[in-house]
Amino acid sequence: MSYLIEKRTFVIPGDLLAEGDYHAGSNAFKEGSTVYASMVGLSNSVGRNVYVVALKGCYVPRGGDVVIGKVVEMRLGSWNVDINSPYNAILFTSEALDRPFNSRREEMTSILDIGDLILAKVISFDRTRGPALTIRESGLGKIVHGSIIRMTPSKIPRLIGRKGSMINLLTRETGCHITVGQNGLILISGKNPELEALTIKILNIIEEKAHTSGLTNRITDFIKKEKSVLNAEKSKE
Amino acid sequence: MPKKAKSEKLIRRGVRTDGRKIHDLRNIKIEVGPLERADGSAYIEWGNNKILAAVYGPREVHPRHLARPDRAFFRCRYHMAPFSTTERKRPAPSRRERELSKVTRVALEPSILTKLYPRAGIDVFIEILQSDGGTRCAGITAASIALVDAGIPMKDLVAACAAGKIDGKIVLDLNEVEDQEGDADVPVAIMPRTGGISLLQMDGILSQTEFKEALELALEGCKQVYELQKEALTKAYVQEEAPVKDEEKSEGEEQNE
Repeated sequence: MSYLIEKRTFVIPGDLLAEGDYHAGSNAFKEGSTVYASMVGLSNSVGRNVYVVALKGCYVPRGGDVVIGKVVEMRLGSWNVDINSPYNAILFTSEALDRPFNSRREEMTSILDIGDLILAKVISFDRTRGPALTIRESGLGKIVHGSIIRMTPSKIPRLIGRKGSMINLLTRETGCHITVGQNGLILISGKNPELEALTIKILNIIEEKAHTSGLTNRITDFIKKEKSVLNAEKSKE
Repeated sequence: MPKKAKSEKLIRRGVRTDGRKIHDLRNIKIEVGPLERADGSAYIEWGNNKILAAVYGPREVHPRHLARPDRAFFRCRYHMAPFSTTERKRPAPSRRERELSKVTRVALEPSILTKLYPRAGIDVFIEILQSDGGTRCAGITAASIALVDAGIPMKDLVAACAAGKIDGKIVLDLNEVEDQEGDADVPVAIMPRTGGISLLQMDGILSQTEFKEALELALEGCKQVYELQKEALTKAYVQEEAPVKDEEKSEGEEQNE
């Protein structure tokens, strides 16, 4: 008695995924010897591991993730950061500076103020306390320019693509610097506003069509078309 | 229940006041995700009932002390709009609405994997825009879809439907008139995969055999509702998917993950 659902089948919570000697992966759960889906998405399996690629869902922090967050609260020795997840993250002053923070001599607001956007890395998260962040690595810290857009967190893997194929394509073609936060926030900074707008347009397409095949090719065509329009406008001027 | 003098019969030659047969459901139309700002939402038209359900979460719980260390805190609000009834309904939550909020929460909670989001909160808002009997069942049905749309991990959907007794006959899915003039109403909610019953109420008087018959009928109705729920979800998500299947054959696997 063994059953395994076909790959890339649309499933809803409670749908049977597999029966027999299988493990429940992400967005799936096991009851007895049967595995069921717990979210809407597309079924998939690797070996004995059966899981669902979710079409919707919130961001659950994991250690090592790079995220974009907003400082929402300040406490003695730490900031609370909204990282678009069910749990607010915490950033200690020790993780924001290379030197010890002296609360007598300096203000915390001089480092980060409420409303500041930061690019940070999740140090650890075990669901018992809020996730802890750090900005002590190169490239991390306060965001000072660029545009930020939101995407469904579960669609971020698609934006990156297989081995970064999609994101590399975007950076190469648009010349924009794209920083992807695993929590669904994306920072775009380009040479000029037109290119930034184009990138945002493309990201919206990816969001809409995330779970369709042949997306990279379609995006390539789209960029070519849009770019020729941009160039035409420029030559007119 | 107040006994009213029955001037007109509710069933004439096997046909009810709204033209249905005794074992027929009303027309049900479910729309997934009509609300942009909610994490998940659903709109249902169940006969003349018009109901919006919105889901927010998992998110931080306010007030803080309500958060549970081992699971998500699940909250429901059932509310009737002042214009949802023939007489203006005062907008403050009435006793009945509080009760239905609780009943809805208890009906939906067993389907949700709350353990996955400790300390977080999930909020469900059910707003009755127009009511015509059986709003609690329609509300639960819509809320379950909204929960799926919010991407909240669940063990199963919850489908609800009522059965009742009018003119001495057991019928499916009472409307407002039948509910008021009839003898009994039995709303039921089930989790169709396991068959677990998460809501079972009875208003009015039924004999044991009548109750069994009504329950059986309501369960049948729930299964029909479940099929409609599945259909609505598939339609909402797969429409983007549809052209893919053809493309997939020509272009092959290209999907990351």
